[in-house]
Amino acid sequence: MEKSSTKLLNSAMVSIAIKQSFVKLNPLTMLKNPVMFTVEIGTLIMAGVSVYSINNSSEGSFAYNFSVFLVLLLTLLFANFAEAIAEARGKAQADSLRKTREETPALLLLADGTTKTISSNDLQKDDVFVCKAGDLIPTDGEIIEGIATIDESAITGESAPVIREAGGDKSSVTGGTKVLSDEIKVKVTAQPGESFLDKMIALVEGASRQKTPNEIALTILLASFTLIFIIVCVTLKPFATYAQTPITIASLIALFVCLIPTTIGGLLSAIGIAGMDRALRANVITKSGKAVETAGDIDVLLLDKTGTITIGNRKATAFYPNDGVDKSEFVKLSYLASLADQTPEGKSILELAHQEYPNLIVAQPENAVFIAFTAETRSSGIDTGDGLSIRKGSFDAMKFFAQQHGHELSSNLIVQVKKIAENGGTPLVVNKNHQPIGVIELQDIIKPGISERFERLRKMGVKTVMVTGDNPLTAKYIAEKAGVDDFIAEAKPEDKMNYIKAEQQAGKLVAMMGDGTNDAPALAQADVGVAMNSGTQAAKEAGNMVDLDNDPTKLIEIVEIGKQLLITRGTLTTFSIANDVAKYFAIVPALFIAAIPALQGLNIMGLKSPESAILSAVVFNAIIIPLLIPLALKGVAYKPIGASALLRRNLLIYGIGGVIAPFIGIKLIDLCIGLFF
Amino acid sequence: MQTELLGIIATFALTLVIAIPLGNYLAKVFAGKRVWTNIFSPLENLIYKIAGVNPNEQMDWKQHLKAMLTINTLWLIYGFFVLMYQDRLPLNPDGNAGMSPHLALNTIISFVVNCNLQHYSGESGVSYLTQQFIVMFLQFVSAATGIAIAISFFKAFKEKTTNKLGNFWQHFTLAITRVLLPLSIVIALVLAFNGVPASYEGKDQLTSLQGDSISVSRGPAAAMVAIKHLGTNGGGWFGANSAHPLENPSYFTNMVEAISQMIIPIAMVIAFGIFIGRRKLAWTIFGVMTIGFLLLLVPTLQSELGGNPKIAQLGITQVSGAMEGKEVRFGPTATAYWSTITTVVSTGSVNGMHDSTMPLTGLYQLLAMMINAFYGGCGVGLLNYFVYLIIAVFIAGLMVGRTPEFLGHKLEAREVKIAALVTLISPFLIMCGTALASYTFTQHGNAAWDTTPSAWLNNPNFHGFSEMLYEVTSSNANNGSGFEGLGDNNMFWNILTAIILLFGRFIPIIGPLAIAGLLAKKKYIPESAGTLKIDTKTFALMTFAIILVLNALSYFPALALGPIAEYFTMIK
Repeated sequence: MEKSSTKLLNSAMVSIAIKQSFVKLNPLTMLKNPVMFTVEIGTLIMAGVSVYSINNSSEGSFAYNFSVFLVLLLTLLFANFAEAIAEARGKAQADSLRKTREETPALLLLADGTTKTISSNDLQKDDVFVCKAGDLIPTDGEIIEGIATIDESAITGESAPVIREAGGDKSSVTGGTKVLSDEIKVKVTAQPGESFLDKMIALVEGASRQKTPNEIALTILLASFTLIFIIVCVTLKPFATYAQTPITIASLIALFVCLIPTTIGGLLSAIGIAGMDRALRANVITKSGKAVETAGDIDVLLLDKTGTITIGNRKATAFYPNDGVDKSEFVKLSYLASLADQTPEGKSILELAHQEYPNLIVAQPENAVFIAFTAETRSSGIDTGDGLSIRKGSFDAMKFFAQQHGHELSSNLIVQVKKIAENGGTPLVVNKNHQPIGVIELQDIIKPGISERFERLRKMGVKTVMVTGDNPLTAKYIAEKAGVDDFIAEAKPEDKMNYIKAEQQAGKLVAMMGDGTNDAPALAQADVGVAMNSGTQAAKEAGNMVDLDNDPTKLIEIVEIGKQLLITRGTLTTFSIANDVAKYFAIVPALFIAAIPALQGLNIMGLKSPESAILSAVVFNAIIIPLLIPLALKGVAYKPIGASALLRRNLLIYGIGGVIAPFIGIKLIDLCIGLFF
Repeated sequence: MQTELLGIIATFALTLVIAIPLGNYLAKVFAGKRVWTNIFSPLENLIYKIAGVNPNEQMDWKQHLKAMLTINTLWLIYGFFVLMYQDRLPLNPDGNAGMSPHLALNTIISFVVNCNLQHYSGESGVSYLTQQFIVMFLQFVSAATGIAIAISFFKAFKEKTTNKLGNFWQHFTLAITRVLLPLSIVIALVLAFNGVPASYEGKDQLTSLQGDSISVSRGPAAAMVAIKHLGTNGGGWFGANSAHPLENPSYFTNMVEAISQMIIPIAMVIAFGIFIGRRKLAWTIFGVMTIGFLLLLVPTLQSELGGNPKIAQLGITQVSGAMEGKEVRFGPTATAYWSTITTVVSTGSVNGMHDSTMPLTGLYQLLAMMINAFYGGCGVGLLNYFVYLIIAVFIAGLMVGRTPEFLGHKLEAREVKIAALVTLISPFLIMCGTALASYTFTQHGNAAWDTTPSAWLNNPNFHGFSEMLYEVTSSNANNGSGFEGLGDNNMFWNILTAIILLFGRFIPIIGPLAIAGLLAKKKYIPESAGTLKIDTKTFALMTFAIILVLNALSYFPALALGPIAEYFTMIK
């Protein structure tokens, strides 16, 4: 799947959306949006008035009435188009995901141990299927037996294959990905049509989209504004009768449609769909629209150190031989000890050795026995055939071995070990025949640019917390260097849980990311829990979002998407209401000028005639909707400059701008329409 | 003119000098801190004992509203009958008649809701008994009701999360014993010593230099004039209200009365900040209110001091501005100032004829009452402002990308629904009321009612429209002043305004207190860098814009047909 298509629209989407704009005129559909529903009623009335005015001139000319009718109809279509295009985009995104869900044959494992080929659509929850190298995995599931390399590029876009195995935190497989090697037995975790992806697709397509709490509150506010304007327009009739000014139905309806917040009303659902669509483009599957909105409110972000703040693993950064030990000899012995070490730390020792001594060649000794790392010895190394024993491991472990064999630890070794620890590094002591000969410094490499991201989060008002298994000293050092606000050292799963609970007790909203089964309770407790797609089924069930890329920094993006969603709604509401000021100055003089010529004083835009003034206002009101569709879909940019500065900025652009823009727009339109009316 | 301007600047300055320490005092009294007026506590305890009230019993917002509505209903019933049968009751030396049922209904509602719209004239419509035991009594308790509910509102934001908003009866009692009574006594004494009558005798007879015999109404007016201003009531002892030489004899008493109507509304804002420990917020609110007030006052002065363009067209210079309907002892400046303060704080007393002010002045008076939150009425002004604040917080909150919060409490659909309803009720009452009146006037002008509708207006045309608009706006704002010139003592206006008065009073009290009560129960969210601060200049501007735009959008067409049309026609 393409990571994100930068193109906002394409012709296929547009043609679907245009068709949908008409389908959505169905009053039952419109009823969900009270603002636009009232416009539809107005349009119907105008259709009647247009027919009436063919033979009667009391309501104005047919051309004028019909023009108003057409513009109102356009307003409705534009609003429907906004929603339809947002849905079409979501659908296109969903379709590309769905491609991975195409029907594939599945090898169902029967109770007697034999297999049977069935369609992937017939797999039920808890069925077990078998996948061999080269097979497409038919549906989401959890490996119960075996280990395999899997190409997940169909989902993540990442070409490097990943390893998935039974047990542990990397047991999940996704439908549509391909097994590259080995054979696995997989248990189906979801009923057909109920996997996360299916749920997400339904959400973006609008089928099961529910209004989020903020959206409901905003709809109520907009509905009450609409009611106020109903009152204004209905009472205008007796007022006008008192002032002996006849008001045509067209003028009243035009006034009403211009005043009610059609701009935001027309774009509201498009904004909501686009928000989830943006999340999907970031390769995040949300289980509800509410989760995206909540993400914008997050106060505390729990981040795992490894992978988020640091580049995966520790790396060797320096060799410190003991006094009296030749450095090249020390490096050579360290090299030897790490030769068979497949851990990233071990590999990094070889890398560093090559860096410092480009000509270094250490042949693998014959009859050598490699000693793998175990939790008991907390060391690894090599025993060569000629009686040389080299071990590397933690200071405590090496100290224990040395003392067991009656060796004293030199004071400069102890000093060096302490120094490394204080700098946030991990000392790796190397023993030659149980005699310590020096220390290798392992350092966490902090991801480039990560501290700027934390700074950005801080300005958003989000507190970052680093979760790590390191000791407090190391944790503190890295926390300071990376610029996180707090850390949990020597973290156990329940520590995360307790931290989240404590923050929530203080009224804060907490987000976290996790992958393991032991993360599941914390993921469920967090207000926004993002599970990695590679994580266990339990983790994915517990969270309210799944990140297909397994990228821990994704949380930051999710917070911004949530904020953007709210900002877009707020600014467009402000813009919509601010627009009304100019519309009043266009329509009110036009309504009364015939009977009260003195009110020409209010016609500050100098619009040509009452008809052209009213038409210009409704035309502006209609075309502003499509003009703002790109903004609604892309979202108003979020700038972490502090709430007050952000308010000032948006108030200036969308408030003041919203007052001024229609004055210019209406005047320009009037210059054109004035030629006819 | 210079001196006249200095006069109003001094009046406003003195208002602030008194109101700010008064705010401090109010915060202390209601927080139960040590103040010198604690010497009244034996009296209060006696009241609690007789009433069978436990002042320490905590009530939630619903219990507060229940208590408030119950006691108000009792006053309504009591007052209605006494006003109807005042002719058969004592203390009626001038032998004034009982009220018609619809006038009694209108009058009692009007006083219970702190509006004091008077469709009768004080000299002939009421007796000394009803002046004192209905009118004056209600001037105290209706103001105290507003203060008491405002204090319950304060308590919602004092604690982080709470369901306990204090005790309504205690707030109510303290509002009278610690605030209204002591201040009224001082002001009444000052007024009495400066020529306002304080006597139980009936009309006085005097013979003019021409030899004509004149009877002059009097009575214990000083006490009432004090509370009518202090409690932002506005109902006068005499029909001409504070333009009457016995109700407002001199420039000095004019200053005293102007100051006394502003101090409690301003003090309540200051008290709010001190009480909940957010002084900066209070000053921000005060700032918005003051700017709004000045933006109404300055153009009013300009329009009044500029004189009447029609007279100018005749070639007559108007050195002192527009003098029609104004008292020479106050002059146009002090009258313009009064017309602004009495409409912003919902007093509704007048010291000149609002009907005679320039069209644009009428526009500003109407706007002041439509907004009704630039200081606003006793206690309720702040509640009205709170509704605007909620809407501003909601929209601004979305604009900064966070679920909107008010003082650490999340604003959700339920609160927005209530705020939207309260916002809706004013345009509904004002516009529909005016529409109904206009409709009746044009379509049923000759209906055979107690007063035929076509006879309502002295000046049909735009000014007549303004008169009707003013009457309903004043009722909705619980202001009580009138663009006289409207024949309003008849069944139609008595009943229409009675309904508007009731809704215009109680919905803007119930709504904000309900929102506050609901918010207070929610979990408290500590502030972070992403939290929208509501005590900044930017947010103040936002609130101001919301107030302005909401009101402009709701009332622009009506205002265009009334004062604005009149203005443009006049300058033509």
